[in-house]
Amino acid sequence: MKTDIAKLLQKKKKQLLESWMTKQLSDAMLREDLMSNEELREQSNEFLDELLKAVATNHVEDINAPAYEQVKEVLSGISISRAKQGFSPRETGIYVFSLKEAIQQVLKEEISDDIQLLYQTTLSFNKLLDSLGVVTFETYIKGREEVIMRQTDEITEISTPVIQVWEGILALPIIGTLDSARTQVVMENLLQEIVETGSTIAILDISGVPAVDSLVAQHLIKTVAATRLMGAECIISGIRPEIAQTVVHLGIDLSNIVTKSSLASALKYAFGMLKLEVKKNHKEKTTE
Amino acid sequence: MERIPILRMGKFLLVTIQIDLYDRLATNLEADLVQMVNKTGARGVLIDISALSIVDSFMGRILGNIGSMSKIMDAETVVVGMQPAVAITLIELGLELKGVHTALNVEKGMELLKTRIDAEDEEIIEEEDEAGTE
Repeated sequence: MKTDIAKLLQKKKKQLLESWMTKQLSDAMLREDLMSNEELREQSNEFLDELLKAVATNHVEDINAPAYEQVKEVLSGISISRAKQGFSPRETGIYVFSLKEAIQQVLKEEISDDIQLLYQTTLSFNKLLDSLGVVTFETYIKGREEVIMRQTDEITEISTPVIQVWEGILALPIIGTLDSARTQVVMENLLQEIVETGSTIAILDISGVPAVDSLVAQHLIKTVAATRLMGAECIISGIRPEIAQTVVHLGIDLSNIVTKSSLASALKYAFGMLKLEVKKNHKEKTTE
Repeated sequence: MERIPILRMGKFLLVTIQIDLYDRLATNLEADLVQMVNKTGARGVLIDISALSIVDSFMGRILGNIGSMSKIMDAETVVVGMQPAVAITLIELGLELKGVHTALNVEKGMELLKTRIDAEDEEIIEEEDEAGTE
């Protein structure tokens, strides 16, 4: 019985594809900017091929059957690529669910004489396509998460620049919240740069850190202690009034760390430590 | 029995650790170093750990111990050339090596030792002068 239906669908494949395509194309939210119609047709054709092949093996309801491995693979590929291309969850979902409608339509036309069979087949195809919908969603989310992970990595990479402001002085502006993972990256970058440039003073500027809680403060203290172990002095600058308030209210002891209110004053202090002096040049006036 | 050589350089003792320390070697170094400080009357100890890539809490403690022991025998300790990974490990272990000075490299470490010893000597001379004039 099931093989008959598989054969029937195979025979009606062209019609099925057409009706599926019409359903997809008739959707008001169709994203022609992200994917051309030809591409969509090709993708749908490939998926339909695999699906019909799998259905022909007599396991219509069991999505975990080995026959469906290929189907799931193709579908995962499609939904991951859709996630990366920026399709919305709705659009990705409709892709699979519109096939359900198309199949139902074909079944209705072909076996309208046997209500019992029609009901049975519709039910099993519903179940199958629902499971495929779940697979689509799972992989779609996975694809999105991959994108987010990659972006997080990029942000962490970008957001911890170590700048050499003077010979022997490094500055590290921290922008955004400090968590353990980021502190680790910040610390590693800073220490590595200290070794490479042979700097003796590092300025940690936290004016871009939105809030300092006890955890962030602990991370800062750790970074300062690590730079001291390397043989360099660490200054924390950019302590805003709100940060000073919270630090004191939380009872965090920063007294054995040099802290400055601005990067400029930290730099001035660093110059003092290196016995450097910044002087205004008066010579130009005399030559004019 | 392997030993870490301790070199004498004027008023200072120089130790360069070129191999990864195991516990026995570290305790030997601690004992040898204290003996040497006593024998030579050294005023400063410089330990170069730039080749040390693995450190554990025991090693961290030995370094701290050497610092404290030298301190009470009137010698300053400078640990130089610590690798970033080693520094991070020590901090994560909660060992801040208090009482030990640190410097980026041997050159800066030597400079640090000299300035510290000079400063101390000057204080002593000043005190002596004051005592003499009284």
